[in-house]
Amino acid sequence: MKKSISDFLKMVLIFLAGKFKKFTMRFKKSKTMKDYMMVYYSDAKSARLTGRKVAWITSGGPVEPLIAMNVIPIYPENHGAMIGASKMGGSLCEKAEAMGYSADLCSYARSDISCATINGGPIGGLPKPDMLVCCNNICGTVLKWYEVQARYFNVPLFILDTPFCHTEYTNEAAKYVRAQFDEYIVFLEKVCKKKFDFERLKEVGHLSHQGQLLWQAVLDTATNKPSPMSAFDAFYHLALIVTLRGTQDVIDYYTQLVAYMKNRIARGIGAVPNEKYRLLWDNIPIWHRTRWLSEKFAAHNACLVADTYTTAWCGALKYIDENRFLDSAAEAHARIYLNIGIDEMAKMVLEMIDKYDVDGFVLHSNRSCKPYSFGQLDIQRIVEKERGIPCLMLEADMTDERSFSESQISTRIDAFMEIIKERKNK
Amino acid sequence: MKKLTELKKVVSNPYAYVRKYKKQSGKKVVGYFCSYAPEELIWAAGALPLRMFGTSENIHLADTHLQSYCCSLVRGILEEALANRLDFLDGVVFPHTCDSFQRLSDIWRLNITGQFHIDVVLPVKLDTPSAKRYLYDVLEKFRKDLGDALGVKITDKMLAKSIKTYNKIRRLIATLYELRSKNPQILSGADFHAIIKAAMIMDRDYFLEALSEIVGQLKKAKPAKATGGAKRLVISGSVCSHPDIYDIIENSGGVVVGDDLCTGYRYFEGIMDEKKPPLKAITKRYLDRIICPAKHFQLKERGENLIRTVKKSKADGVVFLLLKFCDPHAFDYPYIKEMLEAKKIPCLLLDMEAELPPVGQLQTRFETFVQIL
Repeated sequence: MKKSISDFLKMVLIFLAGKFKKFTMRFKKSKTMKDYMMVYYSDAKSARLTGRKVAWITSGGPVEPLIAMNVIPIYPENHGAMIGASKMGGSLCEKAEAMGYSADLCSYARSDISCATINGGPIGGLPKPDMLVCCNNICGTVLKWYEVQARYFNVPLFILDTPFCHTEYTNEAAKYVRAQFDEYIVFLEKVCKKKFDFERLKEVGHLSHQGQLLWQAVLDTATNKPSPMSAFDAFYHLALIVTLRGTQDVIDYYTQLVAYMKNRIARGIGAVPNEKYRLLWDNIPIWHRTRWLSEKFAAHNACLVADTYTTAWCGALKYIDENRFLDSAAEAHARIYLNIGIDEMAKMVLEMIDKYDVDGFVLHSNRSCKPYSFGQLDIQRIVEKERGIPCLMLEADMTDERSFSESQISTRIDAFMEIIKERKNK
Repeated sequence: MKKLTELKKVVSNPYAYVRKYKKQSGKKVVGYFCSYAPEELIWAAGALPLRMFGTSENIHLADTHLQSYCCSLVRGILEEALANRLDFLDGVVFPHTCDSFQRLSDIWRLNITGQFHIDVVLPVKLDTPSAKRYLYDVLEKFRKDLGDALGVKITDKMLAKSIKTYNKIRRLIATLYELRSKNPQILSGADFHAIIKAAMIMDRDYFLEALSEIVGQLKKAKPAKATGGAKRLVISGSVCSHPDIYDIIENSGGVVVGDDLCTGYRYFEGIMDEKKPPLKAITKRYLDRIICPAKHFQLKERGENLIRTVKKSKADGVVFLLLKFCDPHAFDYPYIKEMLEAKKIPCLLLDMEAELPPVGQLQTRFETFVQIL
């Protein structure tokens, strides 16, 4: 057992060091992302020894009650991103296809489903769950994916069903989601065999809220010209607000990160050395090509200053009220970016275009994510009409590197940048 | 069978039927998109509920709104609307099902004008107390929204009448399923398919009359000489708008004796309690009906249901018709297949686009499958 944990940690370490060398070198004196993630995954992997429970939870799910119950949350989607970044998505997806899952299904789901059966992937598989918590505010896919895992691991599954808000968050939906938070707490008490600690939830709720405010502050630094960070940095630093939301670690890390970005601003340092063009990114990153894309755009002196994806982890801040945590959490979970109509999404995109003062909009049409991608063509039209900026749609997949045509995408980015340059230099 | 011929004519050109019907009856027509649309309320309100099937031909307008990895059902329906072939619709009702239909609703609302648009955001899970309460609340809200859109107050009395009609239709369809399961030869698969489809298109009172007559005649009809040895099959999938598939199966030595389809048993199953307050009875029916994979009810409900269907209809095997890019069905296929295999029930998987593969190719696959049964 001990040996397997140390092997596992070694793999996490190798993964983090290999993938994110550039970033881990930045904070020499204080705790780095690598340090936090190491502790996080070692806690999770040794949960059996320390008597703590492990819950697998969707990225948009309510993690605060888990933290309040001392349960370790694990995010298969975050794992999917790591698989993608390690370019292991293709082979794991292929394995899922051999198990009978269609190649058209979400590549996070496919790689996670097959990974669980072989403990494969960049960190040798995830720690086994004691329970599954699925919130369908991001898609219907997570429901099916978590059903698969609930059958496989034979553990209890809690579903937080957040009715889709096409044009409104109805009273009926509000009542329903709020009632489910109570059911969630009962579920946790049953699985953990102890009373729920509401006092602790208050503290966690406060930390979660503060963490989201700080994450917003990090992203806000990109309004500066030149931007001290790019969306590619955000994709990396995002890991903590996703996995450790509701803990002091998130506050410490992002406080330090905001200071770091402000320092760069003061010294006039940009993420792209000679920033001339500012772009907005839409959809989940193409994890297996982040570095290539980052360098590709930088070569055109273009910086992707913001994105709709990492913003989602602070996008529902307006609904959060710490003093009525459970009531406001219900609304905040139901009204996140992906659980609203495309006209409201377009409105948020327009706000970001203005806020970050961007020259172009890059949309990743992601084969793996239907709720994020269907409607993009309409959003693109709205953006073109309302702001008149050039838009570029790239067809790819977040994790499955087999759906990526480098030469085609390279040519399209070059052509897009030509239009941007021409327009800007007019 | 004069009535059957009439139904088949309607099904072959539903829009012509609806246009004429609208003119003659003065009724409003409300389009809906899946078998979770509570159409009992639409009929109760005095409007004709019309199931949207879409087109598989010449899709190009939808391409400017939906990427290539969207299923052909959703694309085909949007194409019809963008091509202005659905201008007779007074309104549309989008029940919440899968991610693709969810976004289709948004795209429709932003691009198709001149009709009312109601989203019925049903719960996704159906097995908890709060979900049950929410479903009732959503239907109550739908009753009000629909009434406002159509300019009528939908009373309990109107609902009760509609429930009676639907119960009668569903009982007769259940009888039809039974008759065919016992004597598959009395009605060809393609004719059966036409009757099912007509139920989602025609004036429900008139359809009920026609159906009673057809079922009455079939009950009396002496079973044609059994074509010995035809293998009994259950088909499972989402929407099946291919009457040809029944013929091809029959020509391959098989016969369809049961199904788990959105345009099949999932749509008809479930009688409403006529003694209950009407909206409660409707709620209960949508909670208890056989689920579609976009809904959650326990972890193995769909597999267990399919096995029950196979046993009840004494089937020899199962044919999965999986529509390409249909995520909910694709996620369920591996576990259901495993459950069938554990029970030694053979199955065949057919990946489908809106258009069927060439007949010859299909027939060979069915023949091979039928031979191993």
